[in-house]
Parts: sequence; C-alpha cells; structure tokens
Amino acid sequence: MDLAKIRNFSIIAHIDHGKSTLSDRILELTKAVDARDMRAQYLDSMDLERERGITIKAQNVRVEWKGHTFHLIDTPGHVDFGYEVSRSLAACEGVVLVVDAAQGIEAQTLANCYLALEHDLEIVAALNKIDLPAADPDRYAMEIETVLGIPAEDILRISAKTGEGVDLLLDAVLERIPAPKGDADAPLQALIFDSQYDQYRGVVSSIRVVNGTLTAGSKLQFMNANATQEAVEIGVRRPTPTPVAELGPGEVGYLIAGIKDVGEARSGETVTMLSRQASEPLPGYQDPKPMVFCGLYPIDGDDFELLRESIEKLKLNDASITYEPETSGALGFGFRCGFLGLLHMEIVKERLEREFNLALIATAPSVEYRVRKTNGDTEIVDNPADLPPTQNIQHIEEPYFRVSIITPKEYTGTLMDLCQSRRGELGKLEYLSPERVEMHYQVPLAEVVVDFFDQMKSRSQGYASLDYELSGYRQSNLVKVDLLLNGQPADAFSTIVHRDKAFDYGRRMCEKLKELIPRQMFDVPIQAAIGGKVISRETVKAKRKDVLAKCYGGDITRKRKLLEKQKEGKKKMKAIGRVEIPGDVFISALKLDD
Amino acid sequence: MAALLQDVGQAVANGMQTVDTVFVGGGTPSLVDPDLLMSVINALPLSSKCEITIECNPDNVSEALMHAYKSGGATRISLGVQSMRTNVLKILGREHNPENVRTAVEAAKTAGIDEINLDLIYGSVGESIDDVRSTIGEVIALQPTHVSAYGLTVEPGTPLARDPSRFPDDDDEADKYLLINSLLEDAGYANYEISNWSRKGSECRHNLLYWRQGNYLGFGCAAHSHVNGRRSWNVRTPDRYIDLVASGESREASFEELGQEARTLEALQLALRMRDGIDERHLLAPDLEMLEEFLTRENGRIRLNPRGRLVANEIAVRLVAGS
Repeated sequence: MDLAKIRNFSIIAHIDHGKSTLSDRILELTKAVDARDMRAQYLDSMDLERERGITIKAQNVRVEWKGHTFHLIDTPGHVDFGYEVSRSLAACEGVVLVVDAAQGIEAQTLANCYLALEHDLEIVAALNKIDLPAADPDRYAMEIETVLGIPAEDILRISAKTGEGVDLLLDAVLERIPAPKGDADAPLQALIFDSQYDQYRGVVSSIRVVNGTLTAGSKLQFMNANATQEAVEIGVRRPTPTPVAELGPGEVGYLIAGIKDVGEARSGETVTMLSRQASEPLPGYQDPKPMVFCGLYPIDGDDFELLRESIEKLKLNDASITYEPETSGALGFGFRCGFLGLLHMEIVKERLEREFNLALIATAPSVEYRVRKTNGDTEIVDNPADLPPTQNIQHIEEPYFRVSIITPKEYTGTLMDLCQSRRGELGKLEYLSPERVEMHYQVPLAEVVVDFFDQMKSRSQGYASLDYELSGYRQSNLVKVDLLLNGQPADAFSTIVHRDKAFDYGRRMCEKLKELIPRQMFDVPIQAAIGGKVISRETVKAKRKDVLAKCYGGDITRKRKLLEKQKEGKKKMKAIGRVEIPGDVFISALKLDD
Repeated sequence: MAALLQDVGQAVANGMQTVDTVFVGGGTPSLVDPDLLMSVINALPLSSKCEITIECNPDNVSEALMHAYKSGGATRISLGVQSMRTNVLKILGREHNPENVRTAVEAAKTAGIDEINLDLIYGSVGESIDDVRSTIGEVIALQPTHVSAYGLTVEPGTPLARDPSRFPDDDDEADKYLLINSLLEDAGYANYEISNWSRKGSECRHNLLYWRQGNYLGFGCAAHSHVNGRRSWNVRTPDRYIDLVASGESREASFEELGQEARTLEALQLALRMRDGIDERHLLAPDLEMLEEFLTRENGRIRLNPRGRLVANEIAVRLVAGS
C-alpha cells in the first residue's frame, strides 16, 4: 500500500467528551458500518465498557476517506491504563484531541496530549458538543491555545451528536496528520499495541507494521518474549475482521498467532520474521507494573478452585493482573492480586463476579511498601499481614504519586484541603485560563487509592479532573493497625497507615464494625490496636432475643422456614474465633469511606 | 357457618378420627351466634374429655354467651386482653376497656367455664416496664388458669410494618419477657412453652399438640392442617372457601410435605420451646460450652432457662448444625 495514502491516528478525549459518539459518526460517514447495523458506541464491545462509559481495551478500525486509508486507534479511557495509551500512541502519527466545548480540557486528556507531544505526534484539536446551549467554544479554544500552543483558529468545532463538522475533521486528519514512514524492504518490525483473548481464536493482537512486510502464514519471532510463533491469520478490521495476505509498513491490523495467553503477546512487543530478523526491537517495551494490591476471597470457601480458574482465564486477556495464593485467618483461602490501579481492581473484581458467577470479598486495597529492616535487609510488602514485627523495622518507604488536578478555580480551596488531608505536598499551581487552575501535588499512593477520585469529584461537583503517575518512594512514619474481634485478630481488616491517622482509622473501623456485625450470643469487644496497644474500642452487645412471636398451628411452617434461613445464613458466615460474620460485612466495612 | 358445617360433615363422612381437642380462633368467634357455633363443634367426633377452647374478645363476652358456650360443651375460653393499661391498648389500636376483661372473667366463671386463658401482647413502643408490671399484677389478680404473653411482632403488610419508628426493640422485649416470666412464676404459673404459663394441669392440650408435631385438621378459610408430615392450608377468603365447599372441591390453597431433615429440624425447634426440652444426647453442638449459660440440665433432659428461651432459634440452629 502507498504509504502516502495512509493516516494513523487516535482520539484523545476525557470520559463523556464524546469520543465514542465521534467514533460512531466516523464509522457512518466513511460507510464502514451500515446505518441499520449501527448501534451506539460501536467500538465498546464489553458490557462493562458501555455501562461505565469507558474503553478498557484498545480497538482499531480501518476506514476509507477520499481515497485514503485511515486507521482509527481507540485508546483506553482511564489513567489506570496509561501504559496501554502510550503503546497505542506509538502506533500513530497523530491524534485527534476532542474537548467538550462546555467543559474544557481535563487533566488526563492534557496528560495524554503531553504524551502525544513526546511521541512527536501531530495534534488535530476539535471542540465537540457545539450544539449544547452551554457550549463556549471561543473560551475553550483560547484555553487549548494557552496550555498546548495550538492556535485557536486551527481548532475545529464539531458536534459528534449531530454530525456537524465531522467531515471537516476527517479532511483535517488527511491534511495535517503526516503519512507514516517505513521501509517495505527492511526486515519486519511490527508493534503489538494490544492483545485480547478470544475463546475461539486464542489471542488476537492489534498490530502496527513499522518496517518490512508481515505475511500470512510466515514464521514470526516475538523479540521481547523470545518466542517463535506462526502468523495463522492476519487481517484488518473494517470493523468486521477481514483477513488479508499481507500488511505493509504503516498499516494497522490484527494478528492471530495461535497464542493462548495474552502474556505472551504483550503491548509493546516487537514482532519480526524468524527467517530475516530485525536487529533491534522497537523501543519502549515495559512490563506493566501493578500498583494496587488486595486479597480476593470467595465468600463460599468451596469456590476457591473456581476462583483460581477464573483468574487464570481473565489473565489470558489482561496480562497486567498478578496473583498468588494467600491465606487469611478471617477469610480462608484466596489470592493476593495486583492491579494497575483502583479502577482496574474494581473492574477485575466485577468481571470475576459477573462472568464467572462468583461472590467475592476484596480486602482493603494496599500499595507496595519497602520495609528497611534493622538487619539491613529490604522487604517488599503489599499485604499488611506480612509486615515484619515493629522491633525489626528500621523504617518504611511508600510510593508517591505526582498528581495533577485541573479544576474551575472556585474549587481550588476545597481540593487543596483534600490533598492536604491526604498528606499531599503542593508543588505548583498554574492558571490555564482566568477560570481554570491546574494543581500539582505529591501524594502518597496509599492516600490516592482510598476514594481520592470520588472525593475530588464530589467536592468539585464533578468538574475537577485527575491525572497521576508514580514519582518514587519516600520514607514515612507508617504503622500497622490491627482490628481484634473478641480478642482475635481479624487480619482482613489490618491496614498500614500513617501514624497521625492511625487513631482515626482505628476509631472509624471500630464504629463501622459495631454497626455491621450482627449481635451474637455474647458480647463482642471490637478493638483497634497498634502493636499490642489498644487505641480504640467498641462492643457489640449480646443478642438477647430472636423469638417471642406466637407459634400456633398456622405459624409452624413459617417458623421452620425462618429457621432454615437462619441455618443457611450460618453457612455463609465467616468465623473469626467465636464471632460469626456475614460475608457482606467485610465488603461494607472495607468499602471505601463515605 | 353453613359452609363450615358442611365442611365438617364431609370430613366426618370421610372417616374423620375422634378428636381430643378443639380450638376456635382467628377472627372473632365470639361475634358468631353461639348456638350455631356449638352445633358445628358438636358435629365433630369429640372424645369424652375433649378440650374445647373458644377465643373471645372481652368486649362481647356476656354471661348469656358464656352459658351458651358451656351448655354447648366448651371447656375453655381464651380472652384477647393484650394489656390492662388503656394507654398501651391505644398504642396497639385496641379501644376496649380493661374493665370488660374483669366482667368477662367473672361471666365465664359464673357460667362454670373454669379454664380461662388471658392473652397478652408486650413490647410496643411507648409501653413502659411499669405498664407491663401493672398489667401482669392485674392479670394475676383475676386468677386465670393460663396466661399467654407474646412479644409484639412486625408482620409484613401490616400498618406497623410501614412505620419503623414503632418497631419493638429487642432489648426492651427481652427485659419485659424476663419480668413477665418472673412475676408469673412467683404467682404460681409455670412456664411450659416460651410464651405460655399455666397452673398445674391447665396447660392447653391443643397447643401441646401443635408443638409435638401432632395431627390436626383445620376448618374454615385460611385454616391450617397437619397430617403425618404433610402441612396444608386453606384458601384465604371466605368467598372462595364457601364456593369450594359447595362444589365439593378441595379447600386447600397449598401444602408442603416435610422431608426427614425438615421434620427433625422442626421437632427440635418446637421441643426447645417447651418445658420438657430435649434429650441430652441430642446436644452435639461444637460450641456447647458457650450455650451452657442458656441451659438447665435435669434427669438427662436439657431445657432452656429464661434467657435461653429468648434465643431459642439461635440455639436450635446451633444444635442442628452440630448434629
């Protein structure tokens, strides 16, 4: 294919700024999808993606526009999947920046734009939703000019909903985004920028050929994994998968190589021909590193094996999940799992529950601590239960995030309070425009994973947006708070917190558990403790009665059914010592705070 | 009443066995013409010492009514007293005058009905512990042979269920129960089931039959029956019931056949409610030690003490879990 006739681009947009709608319009306008086959948010294939309005997995689609071939590469829409975004951008020569004309640019969009600039990509900016009465395109065009240096007059104004201006946007893509460069005669270098597991076809990878030609049936070398595979099928998505004989430089498509595990075809992998290998892989490959950890336990202990099989299956499609078996005194057998972020954790848990019909308990999210011990060793701890005894600890280091928040200026005060309360350190404060501010903070990751995002949204009435990335490890005054029920430690509730917050955490957990734990046959003391020292205490008073209603001939059936229910309920209880706790107590108690 | 009579007639024609107890309750039987009522009862194959109880609203008890019951063979009346405190009655939505209870008891005694039960409800929000104390004092003064006292229960679909502010408090009910139990025991009424106390020999045989998983037939709409592990209940509305009797069809709305496991659980649940308790050998609960404070042991039997009775369900579940 003539390289000059190809354009590869991604759409960068904040959630709800209209990326999916724009993708739908492009599919229609280029006649890739018949109007009668059109369904809203065509490219979001997972139910969860549609429900949450975010894209979890990257998609790509080939369309034709005025004699040119466009590859539209959709990117994941959440900061947890930042690495995937950077891999997707590596497959493009340009991006279309979509900004809501009534809201302006958001933090994560800005971060992705900077990422695009780092990749030397051309940015075509468009203000969307100009049909809205609240739209103020002039104002936000100025803002984009200020923060990204894109001249306001070059910014397109469109409505993905009505279709207005979308044809001009496609023309701008054609004119402004450069055609890919590549050498058809060089050894093959093709970038895998996403892989998904299909239960019938195995792993289907999204691929961008940089140099050389990928031919169907050829033997391939996966350079980072150092594995040999066969190109069973290559093709392009129009968006219906359509096999092709070869993909040349600049082309984007899919590759099926008979692989069963996406871990063997990770984002960032370079594929070359076995017979004529490239000397170097393409740059930028990393193993995605889990940031947030939690224990996942089946509520019904009999489901442990099912949970193992389910996580294994899910991992086929999501190489970034890590897991290893773990045992909890309170919860029995489960897995310690690592995730890219909190949303990723929620999505994985939800998928396990929905797709594999499991009822799960997730322990409080934790981060990876570096524990320097008195004997000079360093231990990595992602589970509070594994923290060495206090006397063996020299000090503990925790991961910090560089956090950036963009907000209308009237919420600056309350958001600064939030960051302050989360042990954040203010870096700088920048005015993007007279009305909007970007705040830079250093915040411990542990403070970000606990409902930081929700708090930020509620304090700013939804207007503030967030981006973050790991900035390094720092020493902190951290302690482990244990919760004891009737004198027995309930390890599921143990957590590592800053000493200044330990008392507050202990008190709140005691109060919460007092509300949640049903009354037992005896008084149940609930204590929070650091080391052996009790810092807070509550008591669940003994249950005094569960029967005093009449029991005549007509009541017996009902009474027995009640008892059977009570008996069934017992089976679902987790016992900590003599204290019986319904599974949902763990969920409620560990739920991020309100 | 005609349908009821016809229903009984059909049962007798189908070989209904002799019965040792009859209980007329649900709704307000005392509103029915007593002669008509007694004619239905006498259509049953009654044993010579048959216990025949009729539930009455104290407001419509007269000497004449009691005489009619007595001459028709009734041996026992059960009065829906609820409380002897007008403020509490008002909370419960009953407007009767406690004075009517006294005259009703007198009327029954005059007519020669010696077995008298007073039925109480406690635990409503607004009822004080002194309200309960004085009600029990007045009840004891009336010298009934039997007292039933039930904690107010939130039943789905009732006005109470729609008003959580009036839901009874567990601890309050437990306190009141323990008070009632001790006052009645001190006055010579022995507890023989969680919520029932009587003079010696005045236990309600009909109730005992229920709690021992005995067989019984229910006549009338919404009446329940039990025959050898098969529990069934009649259609709920009078109209449907009358139609079904007239056409000779089954009056059953539904039924359940108890499996062995369900029967055992039910037997245990019911036995634990009663004074005789259960055989010590059934006690296999793994956490028996913890249950000990709720039990008394005597002659190889285990009974629930007053605090244990309050949590009889929890104990039953634990015993079953261990068996």
